[in-house]
Amino acid sequence: MTTLTRGRQAPAPAARARPPRRRRRPWMTITLFVLPALVLFLLLVVAPIAVALYASAFKWNGFGGLPTNFVGWDNFTRLFGTEVFRQDVWHLGVIILLSLGVQLPFSLAIAMLLHRRVRGRAVYRLVFFAPYVLSEVITGVLFSLLLSPDAGLANQLLGAFGLESAWLADTGTVLPSVFLVMTWKYFGFHMMIYLAGRQNIPEELIEAAQIDGATPWRVFRHVTLPLLGPTIRISVFLSVIYTIQLFDLVWILTEGGPSHASETMAVTMMEFGFGRNQVGYASAISVVMFGLSLVFALVYQRFVMRRDLEGAATSMGDHR
Amino acid sequence: MGGRGFLLIATAVLVAGCGGGGGGGGATEPKQSQAGSPAKVTVELWHLSTTEPMKTIMAERAKEFMAKHPNVTIKATVLENEAYKSKITTLTQSGKAPDVFATWGGGVLKQQIDADLVKDLSADVAPILGGFTKASLAAYQFDGKTYGLPTDIGMVGFWYNKKLFAKAGIQQPPATWAELLDDVKKLKAAGTTPIALAGKEKWPGHYYWAYLAMRIGGVPALQQAATDKNFTTPDFVAAGQQLKALADLQPFQKGFLGAGYSTPDGQSASVSNGKAAMELMGQWAPAVQKSSGKGLGDDLGFFPFPAVDGGKGAVTDAFGGGGGLAVGADAPPEAVEFVKFFDEMANHSRAVEKGGVLPVLQGEESAVKDPNLKVVAESLAKATGFQLYLDQAYPPAVGAEVNDSVAQLIAGTKTPQQVAEAVTEVAKSE
Repeated sequence: MTTLTRGRQAPAPAARARPPRRRRRPWMTITLFVLPALVLFLLLVVAPIAVALYASAFKWNGFGGLPTNFVGWDNFTRLFGTEVFRQDVWHLGVIILLSLGVQLPFSLAIAMLLHRRVRGRAVYRLVFFAPYVLSEVITGVLFSLLLSPDAGLANQLLGAFGLESAWLADTGTVLPSVFLVMTWKYFGFHMMIYLAGRQNIPEELIEAAQIDGATPWRVFRHVTLPLLGPTIRISVFLSVIYTIQLFDLVWILTEGGPSHASETMAVTMMEFGFGRNQVGYASAISVVMFGLSLVFALVYQRFVMRRDLEGAATSMGDHR
Repeated sequence: MGGRGFLLIATAVLVAGCGGGGGGGGATEPKQSQAGSPAKVTVELWHLSTTEPMKTIMAERAKEFMAKHPNVTIKATVLENEAYKSKITTLTQSGKAPDVFATWGGGVLKQQIDADLVKDLSADVAPILGGFTKASLAAYQFDGKTYGLPTDIGMVGFWYNKKLFAKAGIQQPPATWAELLDDVKKLKAAGTTPIALAGKEKWPGHYYWAYLAMRIGGVPALQQAATDKNFTTPDFVAAGQQLKALADLQPFQKGFLGAGYSTPDGQSASVSNGKAAMELMGQWAPAVQKSSGKGLGDDLGFFPFPAVDGGKGAVTDAFGGGGGLAVGADAPPEAVEFVKFFDEMANHSRAVEKGGVLPVLQGEESAVKDPNLKVVAESLAKATGFQLYLDQAYPPAVGAEVNDSVAQLIAGTKTPQQVAEAVTEVAKSE
């Protein structure tokens, strides 16, 4: 994420240095370059949001032109009243907690290990990052075979120690199992971010702390960790936003079951939109997801990442 | 990854009708024929026959039709079951329909008809309508009008492993529900998993509930419930209780709640590899068993869903469905011709002979070669009543709620009464 911070910082001095002359030509160029992206953005991002907002106020099966049966907030009141949706919110909370409490610290630990000069470091990095490159669908299929209660490799191996589990086939174990698969797929990605962040910490600071007699733990706690702050904050941000929209993996692994025990908002939306042809209701779910993501993104950037975005937190990117 | 959010929202909007992104339907070529020679016409054909023998048969028929009508080009889009459902939903919600498309009839087709997407074939097919069996046509007829022609019809029943039944000391397949429960106990005692079930996919579970409701309340009760939007009658609750009685015996394979139907460790494979003694499934079960596992060969048998003591439904009432072809509202006349061509006796019976579909035409039964499918075809021919799959017969939301609630009943998270209430609530809100 260094690139991000650097990218945001860079234009400031450059813009200041350039004398303000001849406004017309830059505007032409700007328009020319921005227009295609802007058109795509409006068409594929803004318009869909608008349509979803509009449709969420109607009872509509999606057929026959525009919706006509206006129901106001009814879709939303029904939504918040259903057990399934309340469970979705609960699952969201659980997965966010697990991600922040287990997945990210784990990634951080691996990143710290791989920052040292370990033999075969490049190989480890490659192997740990590889799952992230796989598509979610492939990951899902792979793990539904691995975790198959009867014939799966996991139970064949663990069975030898009497540690068999129902994995995805039990309401109690399904959510942790899904989280396990998520972690397998994404810890390499967060590890990579942390590694990049770690490499940007000047070794002088670490050395200085060591010369002052700090133990490895204190070096990590009081030098490395604070300087990794911006990186950690961005990875938390990505993790939470991803969790709000979690769909593909769950859909392939469990379709939200058994008994909705691993259902997410996006899965519920899919079931109502495509399975039940209740497009208005499904749009309401998508609006809630959008709202959640938007509010989280704004609040988080305003209060947590503000210093990072101003580029005042560290000297990242400036030294060397 | 930020773009992902927008992707999902965009998905929501795909739902909302921004279009299916390519592969659009509707006739694309000019329809008017010029004086003398007929103009070139493209017919878009959407179907879901991705497995043999129907895959080849569909392609062959299209080729033959094009040879007969040189001005027609048939452009086929073939998708797997679930993908087909999603894609056709997206397309129809954008206000378009393919020229010819595979349909299961029932509630989904009705919604498409109400949206003016489907051609009324009544006049075109009137002369040939008499040749079809009653059960096969029912799903495509609404208010006396015909909106599609059947290509396949079948029914659900128990497919069982004769060897495993014999090993457990069961001489005869059960004729009543009480006997079935007894046999389940015997099979368990013999160390065999009695029943395979795909709990992850909810539709196979709903067969039990629907069949029990049919046996207990009779076929009219199922239709009455849909009209009254009331599924809380004692018959439906009793059906739930009987299913719960079965589930309480824990008859299903290990980890069935996470099992798929045709996956390598799923319902079909469990039966096919001799790990489970039976499954409740439609006429395609033998074909899927062949591809999902070793197959049972001559050990595979079929028995109809048993009667329930004191129930109003007859054991000869059949529950099932088939497949058919419907024609898009704006399709060229050649599209209708193709559907009729496909269902001509000489053409359709060839597909029956290959074991791809079951007879939909009267007098076609003799073309069935497979002994098990013969039993199915004969049971269907003498069926005293016929009920289409509930998730097809009812509006999509009601059908989905049936599947969902029954899955929860089997998993033990809903009571029979709660199932009845949940389905009723959704039916009332439709």
